[in-house]
Amino acid sequence: MCKRFGGKPAVADLDLEVPAGVCFGLLGPNGAGKTTALKMIYGSALPSAGRVLVFGMDVAREPRAVRRRLGVTLQENALIEALSPRDNLRVFGRYHLMSEPAIEQRIGELLEFLELRSHADLPVQALSGGFQRRLSIALSLLNRPELLILDEPTTGLDPAVRLSLWERLRALRAGGATILLTTHYMDEAERLCDDLAIVAHGKVVARGAPRELIASLLAPQALELELPAARHGALLNNLHSLRHAASGDRLTLYAKDAAALLDAVRRAESADAAELVSVRPTNLEDVFLALTGAHLSDGD
Amino acid sequence: MRASLPYALAVWRRNFALYQRTWKLNILPNFFEPVLYLLAMGVGVGAYITEMGGTSYIAFLAPGLVAVAAMNGASFEVTYNAFVRMNFEKTYESMLTTPIQPEDVLAGEILWATTRATLYGGCFLLIAMLWGLVTPLHALLALPITPLAGLLFAAIGIAFSLRIPSIDLFSFYFTLFLMPLFLFSDVFFPLEERLQGAWIYVAEALPLLHPVRLMRSAFQGTWSPVLLWDLAYVLALSALLLAIAARVTRRRLMA
Repeated sequence: MCKRFGGKPAVADLDLEVPAGVCFGLLGPNGAGKTTALKMIYGSALPSAGRVLVFGMDVAREPRAVRRRLGVTLQENALIEALSPRDNLRVFGRYHLMSEPAIEQRIGELLEFLELRSHADLPVQALSGGFQRRLSIALSLLNRPELLILDEPTTGLDPAVRLSLWERLRALRAGGATILLTTHYMDEAERLCDDLAIVAHGKVVARGAPRELIASLLAPQALELELPAARHGALLNNLHSLRHAASGDRLTLYAKDAAALLDAVRRAESADAAELVSVRPTNLEDVFLALTGAHLSDGD
Repeated sequence: MRASLPYALAVWRRNFALYQRTWKLNILPNFFEPVLYLLAMGVGVGAYITEMGGTSYIAFLAPGLVAVAAMNGASFEVTYNAFVRMNFEKTYESMLTTPIQPEDVLAGEILWATTRATLYGGCFLLIAMLWGLVTPLHALLALPITPLAGLLFAAIGIAFSLRIPSIDLFSFYFTLFLMPLFLFSDVFFPLEERLQGAWIYVAEALPLLHPVRLMRSAFQGTWSPVLLWDLAYVLALSALLLAIAARVTRRRLMA
């Protein structure tokens, strides 16, 4: 699918197939077209070209039928601030034409599941960001969606809330739901996602399971050095130009065996001013930066 | 896509749920506004006017003010409130993650604005009745005209709101459109007695004129064929503007 705004493509030729039952991550820098892609998936934006099939249905033709079976948590909470979480859930349940008893029953389950019960009857504007986010997720779960779409679910949340949300998402996934999420947190993607795609400039630039991507694109171990940027070239020559990333004076080298690499660095004359920062497993963030560039990209 | 009534009602109920929390604060000014107008214009200015349109000035004034109350009730909902829901609170964006379609959002908002107009106008009507300016029977006749006036101004307002890029433009709508209508639509003086020649026909374009005339006839229990024209005008312009709004809504809400 493809989406243009006034000639400028937000999503250019995005071709993706997500199998049912997985947790799928859509990663990319700000402005990469992630939110627009999600909107086309649940049918609140129409592709300029191409089409989107959800549950085998063309979402542009059958938006009601598709949206009955999915739930969406928007990037920004869209809550009714003067109402309580319970009333927000009631209002939202009616959007799905659920019966009043079914709504009440589901509200009880969701207040429990997302640990909202203690604040269920306070006005939303009195709740912390963590509570508001959990309520937003609860709204998207009212209709027991087969597909849950989350646009940056944990942005701006404290570590404890993030951990508890991850655990809830894992429980949903174990219950058979398909989850599609965007995130800027690579640790989140690494921990939650079975499969992911990295998009840049509206196109998929890498696709696979987090571990596979790391293994195929970089190497399992990373060595971080602090060395004046002007000397990076000489050191890399000595080491026969292995995979690396540089940002200012910080140089990160990737290898199968970090211990052997460390020895080689220590023997290299060009590295006499190098200071070892860390030896660590390569992570998704390394892959992300290698693919999308460490430079600041255009904001969205 | 055509609007579906159950989904439109779900949208309506969203606004109603919020209103239930705030109605005590909202409804009080609705009672004070008519009392203030009737006191200042009817009792105050009216003391210097022996009669207007064949009745006391306060009796001339009351039906027009009921129509204006309905106009205001609908107008605030579909301008400032709808714009905030559309652009700042992301209400419509969140509705569109459910089976609700843009046309359902539009229908629900119009229904809600019409409801608010009926509440506003109904309050005014009740005060007018308690004041002795309209008999209970004629008030009953006048009541269905408030949703008609509401529908008309909901349609005009939403057609405007869907097209403007910035919330600041509503001040033009209120001061350069609604305010002149308020002043020159038969509310304060019989417009056609002040106009000459073809201007009488030009004035028929003013949208508020028609609900005011319908309302005054209901208050007085009089009938004239021109009321059919008034009714046709209100229904036809509402239908036309809603048809236009339905086309624009999809484009505006589905970026």
